[in-house]
Amino acid sequence: MRKEKVKEKFNWPITILLIIGLVTVIFPLYMTLMIALKQPSEMTNSISGILSLPSSLSFANFAEAMRVTDFWHSLFNSALITLLTVGISILLHSLIGYAIGRNMNQKGYKLAYLYIVSGMFVPFAILMMPLVKQTAQMGLDNIVGVILLYVVFYMPMNVLLYTGYLKNIPIALEEAATVDGASTWKTYWKIIFPLMKPMHATVAVLTALGTWNDVMTPLVIMSGSEMNTLPLAQLNFQTQFGTNYNLAFASYLLALLPILIFYLFCQKWILNGVVNGAVK
Amino acid sequence: MKKTLSRNQTFLLITIPILALFFCFNTLPLIKGIIYSFTNFRGYGNYDFVGIRNYIDLFQDARVGKSYLFTFKLAVTSTIIVNVLSLILALGLNSKIKFKSALRGMYFIPNILGALVVGYIFNYFFTYILPAFSSMLGGEGQSILASEKWAWIAVMIVCAWQSIAMNTIIYISGLQTVPLDVYEAGSIDGAYGFTKFWKLTFPLILPFFSINMVLCLKNFLMVFDQIMALTKGGPAQSTESISYLIYNNGMAGGQFGFQSANAVIFFIVIVALSVFQMTVLGKKEEQL
Repeated sequence: MRKEKVKEKFNWPITILLIIGLVTVIFPLYMTLMIALKQPSEMTNSISGILSLPSSLSFANFAEAMRVTDFWHSLFNSALITLLTVGISILLHSLIGYAIGRNMNQKGYKLAYLYIVSGMFVPFAILMMPLVKQTAQMGLDNIVGVILLYVVFYMPMNVLLYTGYLKNIPIALEEAATVDGASTWKTYWKIIFPLMKPMHATVAVLTALGTWNDVMTPLVIMSGSEMNTLPLAQLNFQTQFGTNYNLAFASYLLALLPILIFYLFCQKWILNGVVNGAVK
Repeated sequence: MKKTLSRNQTFLLITIPILALFFCFNTLPLIKGIIYSFTNFRGYGNYDFVGIRNYIDLFQDARVGKSYLFTFKLAVTSTIIVNVLSLILALGLNSKIKFKSALRGMYFIPNILGALVVGYIFNYFFTYILPAFSSMLGGEGQSILASEKWAWIAVMIVCAWQSIAMNTIIYISGLQTVPLDVYEAGSIDGAYGFTKFWKLTFPLILPFFSINMVLCLKNFLMVFDQIMALTKGGPAQSTESISYLIYNNGMAGGQFGFQSANAVIFFIVIVALSVFQMTVLGKKEEQL
């Protein structure tokens, strides 16, 4: 009742302070855009020359950057790796999360749970060198190997998330289906898997952000195979940009753009996913 | 599938292959890494077992010591700065402001961007823009990336820029769990401003504080992309993080065995720190 009378008051000083603070977020992006749109001749040595609006709009840098960094191939590789990793992770990790989560009262499964989850503490630095040898021996020093490794690396976190979420799904739901004669396997895909949808979203967001931006794994595993991911291309072609910063920044912008566009459309979903994952 | 499997059989058939996969690409390389750490393997050719020689050398190696010092200095200061700033930011974003969701969305942007490319952008900023600003204000106009003393600050700024976004979102979700009547009761007792925050809000969001501390410290200790993009360990190896050193000298520098020993120690440090943090912060939560 009282709420209707009192008009909601906004705290304007804080709002304004927060808007001013946004400069720290926007400035690097603004700088990137301005440099990417300019030609080297427009870049005088003063800051104003670098940061001012370009005199004429030209997308020549972007075309050149796409050519130099083999943009479309790198984008395709990044998208392929991310999509497959996310897809396989959701299928496999939810499945093992289910098998473990429903059997936590048994010692063996409890051990399996602790075994997988403790993998979270293993830094990539210690696995890196043996994995390079191992993947090369197995013929996995390529995209397939990278995806496989991601599926393994994200298993601890995702199993933790799925088993945690499974506690909220009553076992009675499955028992009802079992009475009707459905196998455990079928029950899982028909009943449990769809019920875990909110957790699938969280897992997808966290896994996708991690793999999309990762440099180290493709760097050490795929270095022999002429293939690039989007961030890896930036690293590998860094020397080719030379002192042509306009070209380099056009390329940086291109590398950031896909995820920025994606974020624009799925912002709420991404934020929810990140919070869910971190808090649980 | 003619015969339906029993429930327990199904569970086993799911668990065993996935566990095998996990063993093959996580535990097996870990064991191999530990074995390599006792050899003088250079990454190619023959090698011999050298006992604990690598470990003894490790503790006498100035470069390794320097990288641990740098990594911990970076991790501890960044963790403190990031948590203070993101807590302030979260309090702001959680108060009655206009454009709330838009502002929250904008402040999260740094976190979704790839650290390597962000590093390159900041590299330019530190090399050209910042010196130009400082010389305008009468400074020396030198890039902090070229300074042995200050380059680590640049690395810290870039790390902080990205992780503040993440930590703020976690703090906001923590602040939303604080029931409003706590504040009402508090204001009757005369709790305002900083007292209100310190005595009422902070204890209630302590679990979120511990999540952020653990996440931050672990991420910063493993810092790699930012180093790669900003300094490549320089100047004069002053910003060489542990991960970077292991990558650089282990993969290309012919120190495969030696750096494996380094990685084993690093692994032990990470585990010890995580366990320590969780028990200490876990106890504090229980007390409340």
